[in-house]
Amino acid sequence: MTKQVQQLDRVIIRFAGDSGDGMQLTGDRFTAETASFGNDLSTLPNFPAEIRAPAGTLPGVSSFQLHFADHDILTPGDAPNVLVAMNPAALKANLSDLPRGADIIANADEFTKRNLQKVGYDVNPLEDESLAEWRLHSVPLTSLTVKALEEFDISKKDAERAKNMFALGLLSWLYGRPVEATIKFIETKFAKKPAIAKSNVAAFNAGYNYGETTEAFSVSYEIKPAPLSAGVYRNISGNQALALGLVAASVQSKLPLFLGSYPITPASDILHELSKHKRFGIRTFQAEDEIAGVGAALGAAFGGALGVTTTSGPGVALKAETVGLAVTTELPLIVVDVQRAGPSTGMPTKTEQTDLLMALFGRNGESPVPVIAPATPSDCFDAAVEAARIAIKYRTPVMLLSDGYLANGSEPWKVPSQAELPDISVPYTTEPNGDDGTTFLPFKRDAETLARPWAIPGTPGLEHRIGGIEKADGTGNISYDPSNHDLMVRLRQAKIDGIDVPDLEVDDPDGDARVLVLGWGSTYGPIAAAARRVRRGGGKVAQAHLRHLNPFPKNIGEVLKSYDKVLLPEINLGQLALLLRAKFLVDIISYNRVRGLPFKAEELAGVIQEVIDSE
Amino acid sequence: MSESLNGKGLALVPKAEGKQTLKDFKSDQEVRWCPGCGDYAILAAVQSFMPELGIKRENTVFVSGIGCSSRFPYYMNTYGFHSIHGRAPAIATGLAASRPDLSVWVITGDGDALSIGGNHLIHALRRNVNLNILLFNNRIYGLTKGQYSPTSEVGKITKSTPMGSLDKPFNPISLAVGAEAGFVARTIDSDRKHLHSVLREAAAHRGTSLVEIYQNCNIFNDNAFEDLKDPEKRDVITLRLEHGQPIANATQAVRLAPTGGLEVVARDSISPEEILVHDVHNPDPSLAFALSRLDEPAFQHVPIGIFRSVDRPSYDHLMSEQLEMAVAQRGPGDLDELLQGGDTWKIN
Repeated sequence: MTKQVQQLDRVIIRFAGDSGDGMQLTGDRFTAETASFGNDLSTLPNFPAEIRAPAGTLPGVSSFQLHFADHDILTPGDAPNVLVAMNPAALKANLSDLPRGADIIANADEFTKRNLQKVGYDVNPLEDESLAEWRLHSVPLTSLTVKALEEFDISKKDAERAKNMFALGLLSWLYGRPVEATIKFIETKFAKKPAIAKSNVAAFNAGYNYGETTEAFSVSYEIKPAPLSAGVYRNISGNQALALGLVAASVQSKLPLFLGSYPITPASDILHELSKHKRFGIRTFQAEDEIAGVGAALGAAFGGALGVTTTSGPGVALKAETVGLAVTTELPLIVVDVQRAGPSTGMPTKTEQTDLLMALFGRNGESPVPVIAPATPSDCFDAAVEAARIAIKYRTPVMLLSDGYLANGSEPWKVPSQAELPDISVPYTTEPNGDDGTTFLPFKRDAETLARPWAIPGTPGLEHRIGGIEKADGTGNISYDPSNHDLMVRLRQAKIDGIDVPDLEVDDPDGDARVLVLGWGSTYGPIAAAARRVRRGGGKVAQAHLRHLNPFPKNIGEVLKSYDKVLLPEINLGQLALLLRAKFLVDIISYNRVRGLPFKAEELAGVIQEVIDSE
Repeated sequence: MSESLNGKGLALVPKAEGKQTLKDFKSDQEVRWCPGCGDYAILAAVQSFMPELGIKRENTVFVSGIGCSSRFPYYMNTYGFHSIHGRAPAIATGLAASRPDLSVWVITGDGDALSIGGNHLIHALRRNVNLNILLFNNRIYGLTKGQYSPTSEVGKITKSTPMGSLDKPFNPISLAVGAEAGFVARTIDSDRKHLHSVLREAAAHRGTSLVEIYQNCNIFNDNAFEDLKDPEKRDVITLRLEHGQPIANATQAVRLAPTGGLEVVARDSISPEEILVHDVHNPDPSLAFALSRLDEPAFQHVPIGIFRSVDRPSYDHLMSEQLEMAVAQRGPGDLDELLQGGDTWKIN
């Protein structure tokens, strides 16, 4: 039977199931197939903090959304075109996001009386007319999988477990994905359990063949590869990119990397990734707590290492005192905050931009710290290298603000070669710097950067003592002198204010927009996608995105003042807006949602249009 | 092999060329403790001891937290880091784990180490990074002007406890042995010779060494250890711990108690064979713990010396070994290879 093939320019698929159903793995594999096929893509995993919430319940639903296209895209998509629902809870939890006419592929076997009751369905929605506005494909995924695996010597439970691979096979057929890499992946993953490996491959193939041969699906789809610029690509998540960026920073600074960290969602994967790269001389230290993590990193920095600590908001709160110590001792340190919904424990697996003011001001005393925020998952790589550059050059702690959306989301990344990366090395101080040629002044500053010398233990003749007590300018002796303190406070501030930060670039294709939409961090994708929509509809909007939040680019005041209106969407209650209003006296229009989820492009397009229309 | 460094705490630290003197280790900073403070005696003892180690001064680092004792690094002409309250063991752990060529000393007090920094202390002890922790125990808060500390006796009348403190103190030695520290010792500020002998062994131990130093705060808790200094009493109540020697003085002796612990009895009431012979290298920490409990009741009998000195691989060394093993197995890291690893595809 030859089936019809329909061309599409983009598709958004959401895989949803119980948190034990393997939806993240299924999504990851479909993403890998899609990446190797050459589509542009963007992903959004969404899962509960509970490792295994009660089976079949709404809180236990885990999902993975993938947007892929034949052109460059910026977000994981607003609303899915296809929902794969592995049980009634997955259907119920996701149905409200599904636009009319979207496809639903539901695992009919799981729509039992008991499972339906668990989520409050009185009648099976697959059997009444309640899903009539969508295209429903009711497929008994579990029993088809079990049947396909009859001849394998595995338990019924193991056979049932392979249903996610059946679903993956079916979707792979539906969208013409290459399958070889997935088969190889399964074989490697279950190398120690050959029976499980073989049965999962068989389930995957059975799903593929089911699509091809049965009449349940009459159409398959083709989404051509996207015309990306030439180069080697890989799909990468924000946490992975950040970890690789830190490795690159270590290589490019010629400093051994020391990571002091305590496990915390959603930052732990950076610790996991870095702990694999011991060949690069990277020491990863899982500390007894958040404070010890940053303390050890700072101790290593005193010894000449590139000290890094990785955490999320609650951890930053605990590390504050040590970051203040790094500010006053003027040692390089990178503090990675993968922001999550707060306050307190909040919603650990959900995203937010609510730590900006804490990063800037969450310490005692005048304690300025540079702050950098990556815009996309792959940008986490460059942001990590940039954070290291500033930390080393200016001898200061740097806050790197990623978030849950960037951390777990992924996109294709054009892999740079080492030759393209900047050399960020700065030599240690090895000679006395006093006018007499013999004394060492640990707080005598570089005239250009205002950085103090970095003389590490083991360097003869430069023995010195640093610490949290205020130090005299130059000598570094303990000082309670009022004028010296005032001077040191201002010097520390001037050093941070003087950091070389690139100018803010504005994207305004026609050059005559009167409305600027500004963002920072992970909102880049949705804002840029929204600006595109508005422009397609004839609206004029300029877009700018801040990567450096302290210090701000030198031209930011000028940029803000050259538009009639400045719109600033943030996933907080207006933290950057507060700063910009205070600093530049600009009447920022804030748009704020704090739902633990990224903005949708359509939503922001509407907001932008409203601001334009109000002109 | 990790074991090859056992008992060689300074094996990886470069040796000094030429002879060093006490003067080399004195910084140019004016010492600002209260006149009569026990810290002076400890500082002088450490400064006069350091040349004996014969290591490069620039490879020596003193790290401290907050409190009177934590000003110590400013007075040593070595590298020094006066950090924040309680965190010195964590900071020193990062330093020592990434720089095995350094001799790292943590200076801390009873409040710094056992109250605000208790968590870091116990984890440093179990982790066994190559550090020497000198815990100045004066059983009071000095810098904050006289509140009771986690080693103050119950019922202590202080500014914050006008009707007497309520909480039972920590015994630092019991705590350290309980955390299975490899090296645990006690000495006293006024006995320089003994202090030197303990520091010598602590430095030689590869791993975390904890040395409790009884230190007198003459302002807020004067004479806290007077019985151990009084010429008439001290020999009666002090039980010197020496490896291979019976634990006894002229009048008291230690033997196994029927309860499973240890007890102190009149020396002349038992036969010499019954007296417990001290074995600092006993891998089982039970007897070392039991010895630490002989403090009670206070100042009836006080063991002084090395409670335990048991070798096991140090964390920093094991960490370095993993790095070396990773390189041996797969070669040194190549950034291009790493970045282009995983599932990649090429667009022409």
